[in-house]
Amino acid sequence: MSSDHRLTNKTSVALAVIVLSNALGNILLGRGMREVGDISSYSPVDLFTSGVAAMANPWVLGGVALLIVFFVTHALVLSWADLSYVLLVTAIGYVLVALLSYLLLGEQISAQRWLGTLVITAGVMLVGSTPVSTRVPMRGEDA
Amino acid sequence: MILFLLTLVIGGTIAGDLLKASGMRRLGEVDEFHPGALARVARLASRSGLLWLSIVAYAVSFFGFMALVSKTDVSFAVPATAAGYVVETLLARWVLREEVSVRRWSGAALVIAGVALVGG
Repeated sequence: MSSDHRLTNKTSVALAVIVLSNALGNILLGRGMREVGDISSYSPVDLFTSGVAAMANPWVLGGVALLIVFFVTHALVLSWADLSYVLLVTAIGYVLVALLSYLLLGEQISAQRWLGTLVITAGVMLVGSTPVSTRVPMRGEDA
Repeated sequence: MILFLLTLVIGGTIAGDLLKASGMRRLGEVDEFHPGALARVARLASRSGLLWLSIVAYAVSFFGFMALVSKTDVSFAVPATAAGYVVETLLARWVLREEVSVRRWSGAALVIAGVALVGG
């Protein structure tokens, strides 16, 4: 990074942060919520109580923190990149989740699911080769 | 009821993404990432009606999802998720005026087919 804090490859960095924080955030949140247990009632009061209990769980807290990182980085990248580009390229998250499930959790992945991850990877590479931004600048925007 | 909830979940996410993208575009390209610059972006973002509306749309989607998983196994929803990619890409083209070239559409078709395979 240069002294004026500009990143020349900021799109790649932001997309990597988005994919990783979303995948890990969901994994942590899922693990934490299983520890917290079933939500038995959906009345506002019970949801609030369950929410407070969930926030006391370190896995849930970590998951929420990562999902906030995801939300903010996703907002930042959309200030300069096409939504259609970001949406499609971040589908690589499906591949990451399959790989993590297989490598870290030892889950069985069906042949069909592996095929799906290959097809997604090919699609992401194709979209990744298109321009990051194609939108005509709106009023008040930098050209 | 299930179909209604599914529409809320997927429609809410798509609306949230579109509103977020238009709100952020109006703030202008973020090009500096030191704390002061990010604080300035946060201040501008907090005054954007589009961004607040996007949070409302995501919240609708989230609570729709909670209601849906409480009623049924959600694996049936994968084709709808794949269809959501088609709708969101079309809206990015029509509403946000993005140029979705043949190359980008081809990649989109592969991503959508792959998502359907992964969840099928």
